[in-house]
Amino acid sequence: MALSTEDIKKIAHLARIEVSDSDAASTLTKLTGILGLIEQMQAVDTAGIVPMSHSQDVVQRLRDDVVTKTNQREEFQKIAPVLGNGSTELAVDHGLYLVPKVIE
Amino acid sequence: MINRSLKTLSQMLAEKQISSVELTQTFLNRIDALNPIINAYIALDKEKTLAQAKAADARIAAGNAEPLTGIPIAQKDIFCAKGWQTTCGSKMLANFIAPYDAHVITQFDAVGAVNLGKTNMDEFAMGSSNETSYFGGVKNPWDFTRVPGGSSGGSAAAVAARLCAAATGTDTGGSIRQPASLCGFTGLKPTYGVVSRYGMIAFASSLDQAGPMAKSAEDCALMMNVMAGFDARDSTSLNREKEDYARNLNKPLQGLKIGLPKEFFAEGLDAGVAAVIETAIAEYKKLGAEIVEISLPNTGLSIPVYYVLAPAEASSNLSRYDGVRYGHRAEQYTDLMDMYCKSRAEGFGAEVKRRILIGTYVLSAGYYDAYYLKAQQIRRLIVQDFVEAFKQCDVIMGPAAPSTAFKAGEKVDDPVAMYLQDIYTISTNLAGLPGMSVPAGFSTGGDGKALPVGLQIIGNYFDEARMLNVAHQYQQVTDWHTRMPDLAAEGLA
Repeated sequence: MALSTEDIKKIAHLARIEVSDSDAASTLTKLTGILGLIEQMQAVDTAGIVPMSHSQDVVQRLRDDVVTKTNQREEFQKIAPVLGNGSTELAVDHGLYLVPKVIE
Repeated sequence: MINRSLKTLSQMLAEKQISSVELTQTFLNRIDALNPIINAYIALDKEKTLAQAKAADARIAAGNAEPLTGIPIAQKDIFCAKGWQTTCGSKMLANFIAPYDAHVITQFDAVGAVNLGKTNMDEFAMGSSNETSYFGGVKNPWDFTRVPGGSSGGSAAAVAARLCAAATGTDTGGSIRQPASLCGFTGLKPTYGVVSRYGMIAFASSLDQAGPMAKSAEDCALMMNVMAGFDARDSTSLNREKEDYARNLNKPLQGLKIGLPKEFFAEGLDAGVAAVIETAIAEYKKLGAEIVEISLPNTGLSIPVYYVLAPAEASSNLSRYDGVRYGHRAEQYTDLMDMYCKSRAEGFGAEVKRRILIGTYVLSAGYYDAYYLKAQQIRRLIVQDFVEAFKQCDVIMGPAAPSTAFKAGEKVDDPVAMYLQDIYTISTNLAGLPGMSVPAGFSTGGDGKALPVGLQIIGNYFDEARMLNVAHQYQQVTDWHTRMPDLAAEGLA
């Protein structure tokens, strides 16, 4: 099916990527080309073929239910992003990550 | 010094003819001189590098060295290395200092190898020319107007220009083999599950596999001995007995059955490349190999299937980059949704965004069966092609890439043309099979420049030792793998 710029915007929203109107137009051209390539699959009769999600049909390994990791919160929070909106502080406070308010 | 094999360097270190610090400094000096032009490395940390070299010298002096102790290795910037800037070629991770080591890094550290620096790559390994890197393109050392291939373009240029003793790469659709072909060295993508993906930044998890990029098959075998092995932290890591990948190098090839898939020699293959591959096959006949014509009928479908499955997996893997805990966060935003959308719009480059959008689309309600499920079904057909083929032959050979290195900028605006670069490599990723590219000669293009051509060797599952044997025997009777670009002709070195 042919995509429209509206579709591009909808998909981009699902993917949480902001697109401008001009970006949506150029993205549409390129995505249409790629989807044209993908469309070649439709000529193949795949009735009855079991989908393969993985190159080798291996079974998921289970491990013992024991603690293997230690808490490294402080280490990990050193690489937090900068808060933004005028602040150059890291987006962390008392061991928590800071994001815009989501509950009124 | 820079041309010596890993085995020779290892002997020289053991015999104290050179120290690891001296060897490392030799490469660092070369990097200082050439990297500003070639752009193979994104991050260097000479202090850390030389400290490792010093520690390696102490270990050698203490008499408990391993084959790669003290050898300077370039690491693709997809591997997290504690305390090192680890960007995956993206603005999203431009300021990311990895808080832990990838398994591959741990393995090299354990044997006392030296981390020379982090190499440039296509953003999140999505590309075949290294042109999607946020840190700029990489020059092909054979011709600075051309690309080194991708996505492991920085590692490729570093090996070709002798800016390291050997390098690591990753291969999701051809990212070790295509640049190995375009830059004229030996690269191996192992069987899926042989090298742990722990700490290797994920692109398409069912296809991603790390492997060595080096000057010869023998060097690749020594690298594999360090890189391969079970790791419980990667759920797809295979628990197999440890093997010596160099054990079969010297076996004669008498009676080896080489399958030539007719689909690899059809329309789309450059005539100059085809001629080089034919000459290489003739060489194998002289070594006692038998040629069998085989068919991999679904080869053409591997690209459409890949461009459904890989973006689908990527759209999921890359959803972690939300600007909350690490990576890029937009400077200005209103609410949480705006923060996500702006951070991702700013942090990702155009090709990465395209693939996330394709992946999101093929996984979205109403299209899942037509695209994702269909692609998974055809993936099984592609695997069955290989199963049938390996009933008739021991290894499969053909070109690794359809052409020699192309000009920078030539395919940037045409994603579909770029994707076709991986026509001969993608099917092995879909099947999880091991594949190699081995230097097989040169083809002269329109402008008279001789450019390297790689012969691809595809093996059956876990047949890396045999493939390395097949490549090594060829390298005993040819000298293509010893050729290096004349950087003096480019006014350098």
